[in-house]
Amino acid sequence: MTQLALVIDLNVCVGCHACVTSCKEWNTSGVAGALADENPYGADPSGTFFNRVQTFEVGTFPDTQTVHFPKSCLHCEDPPCVPVCPTGASYKRESDGLVLVDYDKCIGCKYCSWACPYGVRELDENEKVMKKCTLCVDRINDTSLPETQRKPACVLACPTNARLYGDIHDPESIVSKAIRENGGYQLMPEWGTKPANHYLPRRRATAIDGELGATVEQQRPAEPEPTGAPSRP
Amino acid sequence: MHPAFSVIFLTTLIGVGQGLFLALFGIEAVGAQATPMFYVAGDALALAFLAAGLIASFFHLGRPLRAWRAVAMWRTSWLSREVIVLPVFMALVALHGWAHYSAWNATLALGAATAIVGLALFYITAMNYVCIKFLQEWATPLTIVNYTLLGCASGFTFATLLTALVAPELARPLALWAVVFTAAAFVSRVASLARNARLHHRSSLQTAIGIQHPRIAQKSQGFMGSSFNTREFFHGKSRQVVQGVKWAFLVLAFPLPAALLLAGAGEAAVSLAALAFVIQYAGLVAERWFFFAQAAHPQNLYYQAAS
Repeated sequence: MTQLALVIDLNVCVGCHACVTSCKEWNTSGVAGALADENPYGADPSGTFFNRVQTFEVGTFPDTQTVHFPKSCLHCEDPPCVPVCPTGASYKRESDGLVLVDYDKCIGCKYCSWACPYGVRELDENEKVMKKCTLCVDRINDTSLPETQRKPACVLACPTNARLYGDIHDPESIVSKAIRENGGYQLMPEWGTKPANHYLPRRRATAIDGELGATVEQQRPAEPEPTGAPSRP
Repeated sequence: MHPAFSVIFLTTLIGVGQGLFLALFGIEAVGAQATPMFYVAGDALALAFLAAGLIASFFHLGRPLRAWRAVAMWRTSWLSREVIVLPVFMALVALHGWAHYSAWNATLALGAATAIVGLALFYITAMNYVCIKFLQEWATPLTIVNYTLLGCASGFTFATLLTALVAPELARPLALWAVVFTAAAFVSRVASLARNARLHHRSSLQTAIGIQHPRIAQKSQGFMGSSFNTREFFHGKSRQVVQGVKWAFLVLAFPLPAALLLAGAGEAAVSLAALAFVIQYAGLVAERWFFFAQAAHPQNLYYQAAS
């Protein structure tokens, strides 16, 4: 069975937000209707976004690393948001594992957003229904697009190729290989949601102009190096 | 969590309605002398509380006209089950009142069935919160006990007022039962406060972003303004306000109404019973506000710094 997913390489993401803007651009322009965009040029802009890039500082100055962290729906294999939905508007699609919302059935009770530990579901303030990342369901299956274009907008927009897209149940897919070879991990594994999306942990940086093989922590031994969580089967 | 008044009024008002019906059924079950019109009036008032709660719940919905769809997923969703069982309970309460009005002889059996559904509704309402396992403040059997006992306490307090008005000879035992439920609810609510004060949250910034380092600080949540994430899951009040609400409900919902009920029990004083109910209901609104505000949603880990 197919389980489409993103794999995000935290070594490569530069925090440019191109995935955020391309996501908003694509998903506000589709047949499902515009995404809310309130007060976009005012003091307190607000609106519906399926994807955000956050920034974290790991370590203590001067031994810090800046981690840019894109966050969108993880399309969990055991999504806690789906069984709580009283109307069946939220569902996990059998054919490709996408967690989707039928906007015509959603009553806007927000219960699914309470039941998502990752905070990736948003009530659209204009349409008053729950919206979330669809992995660009209206791109990836569109046979009128050239095959190279049948990917989520965020994946196509990423200038550093930090976002990989594919079927994590296919052991030969690019995402399965990336997870396997680079220790891809899941967010908040403690809740058993089994997110399909994985993140590739930061690798130890090797100095380019210094001695061959010298790493950051060899130069600065005081601070422990951030490492990713162990990968899960 | 951001406390939604629609849900606060839903859960507290139907709690009064359920508790009031259980009080009526208790009077009927022990064979106390009461006129049919007493039950008709009691059932009508219980129905009024339940209907008011149901109406309040609609204000929680983005698309209230589609609310009927919520009956669909009763196999998996506690919310769907609540949406089904609340109207069923209301229909049974109405039928119970009508049965007394038309002098059926099966009112006791009907009342027993209605009481079971009413108790089940406490369980179902509470399970909406208990089943979200990562909202650890809610995910405890104490939540079920609290919803049941707090509903019974307020319902029996209202039943005390009702009997003081129309059946004064019943007011004294009902006042005592109301005090018993209020005391029991106090014990279980304080137990849940004590449990939550020692709670260890399983999620951390480390598990949220998957970086195992003791020092992680958010520098940007990805936007400067607000979003659903910053509005729905934060109560936005200071620690002092939250603590103030806690102490307010600890006083208003429990000792104050219990003292008023005991003071008025002897002569079935209407004014004291009315005051006890109003104060206790205000306390329960504060209790429910605190219940929501106290729950720390793990998504908040991702929204600690705007820039």
